[in-house]
Amino acid sequence: MATATLAAVGTERKPKVRIGPLVTKVLGYGVIALVLLWVVANLVANPDRFLGSVLVGLQNGMLYALVALGYTMVYGIIELINFAHGDLFMLSTIVAAAVMVTGLGVGALSAASILPLIVALIVCMAFGALVNVSSERFAYRKLRSAPKLAPLMTAVGLSFVFRGIAQQDYINGSAQKNWAVTWGGPIVEGVFIYKLLMVLVVTAPLLFLMSYIVSRTKMGKAMRAVAQDQDGARLMGINVNGTISFTFALGGALAGAAGVLYFLCQTQTYYDTGTQLGLIAFTSAVLGGIGNLTGAVVGGLAIGMIQAINEGGAYGLGSTWSQSVVFIILIILMVFKPEGLFGRPTTEKV
Amino acid sequence: MSTTATQAQPSRLRATLYRQRWPIGYVTVILFLFVLYEFILPSLVKGVTAPITAWLPVATINECLMWAIMALGLNVVVGYAGLLDLGYVAFWALGGYTAGWLMAYPFNWTLNFHLLSPVPARAPGTHINFWLVCIIAGTLCAVLGIIIGAPTLRLRGDYLALVTLGFGEVITQFFRNSNDIAGRNVANGDPGISSIDPIGTGPLGAAGIAPKLLSNSAAGNVWKILVLGLLVGLCIFISLRIREGRLGRAWLAIREDELAANMMGVPLVRTKLLAYAVGAFFGGVGGVANASMITTAVSPSGFDFGKSVLVLLMVVLGGMGNVWGVTVGAFLLAWLNSNGLKQIGVQLDSWFGTSLAGSLPRYNYLILGLLLVLMMLFRREGLIPEQRTAALMHTASRTEAESLGADSVEAASETEAFAHSDAKADALIAASAAAVSPVLNEPEPEREDVR
Repeated sequence: MATATLAAVGTERKPKVRIGPLVTKVLGYGVIALVLLWVVANLVANPDRFLGSVLVGLQNGMLYALVALGYTMVYGIIELINFAHGDLFMLSTIVAAAVMVTGLGVGALSAASILPLIVALIVCMAFGALVNVSSERFAYRKLRSAPKLAPLMTAVGLSFVFRGIAQQDYINGSAQKNWAVTWGGPIVEGVFIYKLLMVLVVTAPLLFLMSYIVSRTKMGKAMRAVAQDQDGARLMGINVNGTISFTFALGGALAGAAGVLYFLCQTQTYYDTGTQLGLIAFTSAVLGGIGNLTGAVVGGLAIGMIQAINEGGAYGLGSTWSQSVVFIILIILMVFKPEGLFGRPTTEKV
Repeated sequence: MSTTATQAQPSRLRATLYRQRWPIGYVTVILFLFVLYEFILPSLVKGVTAPITAWLPVATINECLMWAIMALGLNVVVGYAGLLDLGYVAFWALGGYTAGWLMAYPFNWTLNFHLLSPVPARAPGTHINFWLVCIIAGTLCAVLGIIIGAPTLRLRGDYLALVTLGFGEVITQFFRNSNDIAGRNVANGDPGISSIDPIGTGPLGAAGIAPKLLSNSAAGNVWKILVLGLLVGLCIFISLRIREGRLGRAWLAIREDELAANMMGVPLVRTKLLAYAVGAFFGGVGGVANASMITTAVSPSGFDFGKSVLVLLMVVLGGMGNVWGVTVGAFLLAWLNSNGLKQIGVQLDSWFGTSLAGSLPRYNYLILGLLLVLMMLFRREGLIPEQRTAALMHTASRTEAESLGADSVEAASETEAFAHSDAKADALIAASAAAVSPVLNEPEPEREDVR
């Protein structure tokens, strides 16, 4: 009895309080609280402009969410930042313009434009899926076991290739190209309501479909298994290459759909769109916690809102600083909460 | 005794020459280029001169040298320390703008200040000597590098790339909006700062050997080869020396395995920050060189994301971590980008009657991108690879090795190491270690605080 108590005393140790992680955690939540405070201050100062900003934010945020899903799914399954994804999106805006305006002669948009819209969506989603799957097949697959820098550089190279293609005069040229597509209908605070409606009507079902595929179907189960452990999945009889290709196809299709919607909202095409929007979308994916589908959607909406309030709100810095605001959020987030809003922290195995 | 000395003399000389073959070769190339353009070409007939100046104009040589400074700087960060930096253009921009602030008469400047500058003393604006500005810009950039580096210390790989990219974009946007930072005009916004001072040649110019000012003229451009060649030579020298030293080996250790390096006592924070600082210093010098010798102006449009990627491409193409590979990669890509593609187009036109001269340069993004993808697929280690990198790029990463069955991979590497082992050298090392620290052989004394 006495020896037992002695042993217990002997092994008793004071728990070492680590202050560092606690501070970063508090600071991380502090930053989020500050952002929320800023949003509320904007609402109080000028409710009308705030409403307009929220509508713009909703419209852009949904597009960011679509593109961010492509990033997050690919990252989730093979841990690759697909730098070419934004440029794939840019190529699909050009395809959308070609299909809708040059091919089907859409000008002023009306209820009759729904059929061309569906055609363009199908064409662009197929295009996006095809390009993404073939870049996986011919470039990334060979590099799957290589050090991480190699596939990353390949993605950067592919993004250059896509930009180079779009820059040619017979594709889009190196200047911004404006298309004669006009919108009608009610306008609230400078926002075309039909634009917002179109984005919501197309995006929401796609997002639900995606979440259904990943969480309910057999393919989704395979995707999650491959993301967790490729070799384990292979041993369980899952076709790993097929599953990864399928993931790329889904991401590409979403980028294609986003391309159509972006083209219709902005009515212009530009070879540099992809870099800018791709970076923002990737930031959204990281904000929500990379690899997390819900996180990507929430992150996209959050970034869209923050950007819109910054541009239109009472206490914003204006559109000239838009990019900087997004990136500063990203940097602060990476420093204090690298796992994102919904992600789980990871530790490196030795 | 004397005979052995005379015999040893030439062989020692040969050994020295062999050891210094790269520096000697580099100096020879730069001097040859200078002599070629300054003295030989003007005296030759046009039929001989024309193809040389068409394929390799002096301005292109200068551009290649300037890009080599950038690539060598990024090589320190990416190639040595393995920290993927996609926002390197930030340092280029800050260096350029430092030159804009200190070597020109910018916008609303009221402070007139001259320091060892070739510009006449009555000229308005701030005019400081090129070499001083190089040091100032390098130092400023090193500080910026530490500021950028500090928050990224905990991040790795992809996240690090993303954050550095973000910093690059933020700094470019800062300069784009710089005509109205809290109501002040800091760097003149979109138009930027123009007509940055040319470099003075001092006594050489006074003696009439060189032109007094190295402006963007035919005579000035030739002399710039020497100035830029000296800068690149310094960068190469510093890179090579640092690589051999304690800091360089610490960088390589971090690159290969951060966790293991930390366990072996490499101070991660200091070593990483120093990598950023040294890389940024080179970037700042490159920025000054670009602003004062190539473009003679700075504006935000020159500092886009594509430039960061171009520098990275030079490093990867040449061979990460190998100074000479990186230099060659920079020369090759800078040449392709500025003059090569056009000239190849002209040549193809004259052979096949196509009309590519105008259109081929427009495919530069496409060609560079394809080049990068093909390099990654077929020759990941670069044109002139560093031995260690080559091995690293072809072995599976650690987690991959684990999943493949670490035992077999480990066993294979052990067999290989055993096959290449040198028993004599091992014994020597062990003996010297034992001699240096006899404590090693003693049993460890019991420690009180070990529980």
